[in-house]
Amino acid sequence: MSNDAATAIPAVDAPRQEQEQEQPVRGLGASLPSADARAKAEGTFPYAADLWAEGLLWAAILRSPHAHARIRSIDTSAAAAMPGVRAVVTHADVPGDSAYGRSVADRPVFAADVVRHHGEAIAAVAADHPDTARLAAAAIIVDYELLEPVTDPEQAFSAPPLHPDGNLIRHIPLRFGDPDALGEVIVEGLYRIGRQDPAPIGAEAGLAVPRPDGGVEIYTASTDPHTDRDLAAACFGLPPEQVKVVVTGVPGAMGDREDPGFQIPLGLLALRTGAPVKLAATREESFLGHGHRHPTLLRYRHHADAEGRLVKVEAQILLDGGAYADASSDSLAAAVSFACGPYVVPHAFVEGWVVRTNNPPAGHVRGEGAMQVCAAYEGQMDKLAAKLGLDPAELRMRNVLATGDLLPTGQTVTCPAPVAELLQAVREYPLPPLPVDASEEDWLLPGGPEGAGEPGAVRRGVGYALGMVHMLGAEGRDEVSTATVKVQDGVATVLCAAVETGQGFSTLARQVVQEVLGVEDVQVAPVDTDQPPAGPAAHGRHTWVSGGAVERAAKMVRTQLLQPLAHKFGMSTELLQITDGKITSYDGVLSTTVAEALEGKELWATAQCRPHPTEPLDEAGQGDAFVGLAFCAIRAVVDVDVELGSVRVVELAVAQDVGRVLNPAQLLTRIEAGVTQGLGAALTENLRTPRGLVRHPDLTGYALPTALDTPDIRVVKLVEERDVVAPFGAKAASAVPVVTSPAAIASAVRAATGRPVNRLPIRPQSAVVHPTP
Amino acid sequence: MTTHAPRTAHSVTLPTSLDEAVAALTAMPAAVPVAGGTDLMAAVNKGRLRPAGLVGLGRINELRGWQYQDGHALLGAGLTHARMGRPDFAALIPALAAAARAAGPPQIRNAGTLGGNIVTAAPTGDSLPVLAALEADLVLAGPAGGREVPVSHLLAGRAMLEPGELVAFVRVPLLHAPQVFLKATGRTGPGRALASVAVVLDPARRAVRCAVGAIAPMPLRPLEAEHWIASLVDWDGERGLAPEALVAFGEYVAAACIPDQPPAAEGEEPPPLPPAVLQLRRTVSVLARRALGRALS
Repeated sequence: MSNDAATAIPAVDAPRQEQEQEQPVRGLGASLPSADARAKAEGTFPYAADLWAEGLLWAAILRSPHAHARIRSIDTSAAAAMPGVRAVVTHADVPGDSAYGRSVADRPVFAADVVRHHGEAIAAVAADHPDTARLAAAAIIVDYELLEPVTDPEQAFSAPPLHPDGNLIRHIPLRFGDPDALGEVIVEGLYRIGRQDPAPIGAEAGLAVPRPDGGVEIYTASTDPHTDRDLAAACFGLPPEQVKVVVTGVPGAMGDREDPGFQIPLGLLALRTGAPVKLAATREESFLGHGHRHPTLLRYRHHADAEGRLVKVEAQILLDGGAYADASSDSLAAAVSFACGPYVVPHAFVEGWVVRTNNPPAGHVRGEGAMQVCAAYEGQMDKLAAKLGLDPAELRMRNVLATGDLLPTGQTVTCPAPVAELLQAVREYPLPPLPVDASEEDWLLPGGPEGAGEPGAVRRGVGYALGMVHMLGAEGRDEVSTATVKVQDGVATVLCAAVETGQGFSTLARQVVQEVLGVEDVQVAPVDTDQPPAGPAAHGRHTWVSGGAVERAAKMVRTQLLQPLAHKFGMSTELLQITDGKITSYDGVLSTTVAEALEGKELWATAQCRPHPTEPLDEAGQGDAFVGLAFCAIRAVVDVDVELGSVRVVELAVAQDVGRVLNPAQLLTRIEAGVTQGLGAALTENLRTPRGLVRHPDLTGYALPTALDTPDIRVVKLVEERDVVAPFGAKAASAVPVVTSPAAIASAVRAATGRPVNRLPIRPQSAVVHPTP
Repeated sequence: MTTHAPRTAHSVTLPTSLDEAVAALTAMPAAVPVAGGTDLMAAVNKGRLRPAGLVGLGRINELRGWQYQDGHALLGAGLTHARMGRPDFAALIPALAAAARAAGPPQIRNAGTLGGNIVTAAPTGDSLPVLAALEADLVLAGPAGGREVPVSHLLAGRAMLEPGELVAFVRVPLLHAPQVFLKATGRTGPGRALASVAVVLDPARRAVRCAVGAIAPMPLRPLEAEHWIASLVDWDGERGLAPEALVAFGEYVAAACIPDQPPAAEGEEPPPLPPAVLQLRRTVSVLARRALGRALS
């Protein structure tokens, strides 16, 4: 067992083996390796932190050490007078808008009169050496008047407003069905979800270079370059054309990266000094600077009939948005809409709030909103099963959602929803053997190889969870992407502003072009804001909208390529096909190679992909808000040392609704990564902020899963039911395992210990079984 | 270049002998000695420490091994955790080897040293409860010559390193009896101890010695619990104890290290401990029970 865990070889499962027999080497369905995989593995891939320009200056940001304070004065004179310091900027030096924000502009570039969270930016310095910049930042004298921080989201409703916009960022009262409906069995629960940090392995870094025309170019690992450019330009007081964001290597993105709060100070300093300026965050600054997952408090009441069919779900969901709104409104919409999970619920009443506090701002993190509610509704399902004396998997099976059912938002599920099939697959998969016969050395006990675990105190538990997420932006957002495909000298180039964050978009783009055009050599151009926008790398958007745009553009090029041939032979282009780099007609009369047909030609086409429109949720939380949904079932097997409360996850069996497998190897890595991120949220990851102050902002205090923590992840089934409205029929794969695995682990710990386990991450005291006296 | 590496350490000395190191430190009292650097450089990178100079101890071969001295082992302060974790060392001082193996991921164990663990004196330092249970002594080298100080005196602040002084060796008794180190981390992968317990048997003196780490700024010794359990052990026969005795020992140790709060008034019940503290006390109790059970089995 320990061997398995140590080497962590993913299980070779049935669907994967089948694919291996006839796996294509190019095009869709091929396990094409990522173009930059080798450079990343060898350490030669350039990330933003590696950027360099002749004569560059180094920036440092002064951040608030307090969670809530009034600023009486800021004295920068000592800092500005230090030798080597070239510029010091504060709120008074922001030429354009003084605040920005993705949904509402509520977040100041630099705090002017109030600081609302620990780590809020107050000033920035550019100097000729990084140490000089840091010392100068420390030399800025800020006179604070400390204010009482509001850190409990429940207090935010009655606390004095922390911001002119008030403390309530959004409220959704979802009403669906009959409020008087009652079930024969009622279970209640209170759940708390902690603050997970995206903790990208590379901290934020960037380089800003002033342009001769008075504009500025920002080189950084942005995941949404056009939005970032627009927000930054507004703060610089420049037209967007004079600001260019160039995307450099992204060192891991689990949410938004290098948000405007990072880019704007950088650009301001470059504009002010007329010199290139580099800013590279320390790990501590990284934890203080970027958004986290919303800590959430959930109160649930589930009604069911005697057979275990759900009758009504009542829920109150309170998201702690932190000091600024950011994308909190989207997170709340997802939390409220998926509050009942992938189950048929005839009556649902869900009150959702996201409020402002003096905690660090929450932001977009994979699976936001959906992950928190999944842990809660699955806890309720376990309670219900216990109360009814039913097998937890059986209870879930009696309630699963299917295509044609209604979500509590009143939206009909039109996409494939093979939830029953997913649950069946993980139920049927054989359980891992008990290590009864293995020697103690081979048994990896909770607590690890050198830990204090003792076999006699270990109990095994099995738990299930079903999760769902929406794909693409919701509630009426215009989800458009534009791509250009160009073919010249037998080489195809894709130009699309979709950022490769490691999710594999550039590999997919190459596969799409190979598939459509039969061209082997496909390059993907670097991304900058001179290209038309493709939107953020979030919500599994790029496979859908940007992949769809690349496909359309490639098909237009294909028509241009085949038209002359078709004309020559008097047949329509539809009768010609491209396979393995050869063009053949339906009857086999014509046969030529793509290379020959391309000889001396330069073909290009630009296309857009815009999925069908959605609508915002109305005042009762009703509306067709989502373009598509993806589902996942996970069975967790855990070992718990019930005396110490230490948990080891032994195995996670995953069945996922993927629509269509476009790149098997890449898909498996995405699922494994997602499941592992969820494992962190379930067991160890929680950024603690007592009294609003971030404690232990480093990777020793914030425990990410290591190889030893990560169990065998077995992808037991990939359900390929193509979604007809999605390009290729494929669904996004990264977010839904993150959503589902924490709930599955909690469920398994519940089964092992009999304890309620209503808090994530699971603390040892929640997994201890007290001996009955 | 990295963006936050210090260029403030203008002077770096790399002595090859202990005398040279002492001389270098005496010549520049503001310099900081560095061995593995696993704690020191993290502090430097965070900007908490800006050493004016560094004296690297990595080339002093006499500090990287050990020698025997009248029933004791004289361990070089430069012994890495990786070296202490190997079987030959484990045969000598099993609890210290176990602590070294549990001290972190391989990268840390390859670099971090015994002396560094002592000087950093982090509450979670894994070797510290073992050294406290072994009643180890430190051999310090300084400009005025050598002197010896019990480890616990340094950890408790009863003794301090003088300017120019270095921890050169750690003198540990060789007890030729079972020793156990256990730590709870709350996770499967390497992590900092929530609590740790070292139990050492000393059959020659018919003693059981126990130290609890990570729950206080320095390791705690539950002396009464030690004496009580040593009186129950049949030192000349099978040393095993009844399970009830092990449980009682665990609870004795835990209650000694994490005592009840004093009652608000005379004769009243003491106020209950907060749940997190109770959990820690339970953890210590389980670790102490398991550690003694393994030592006696």
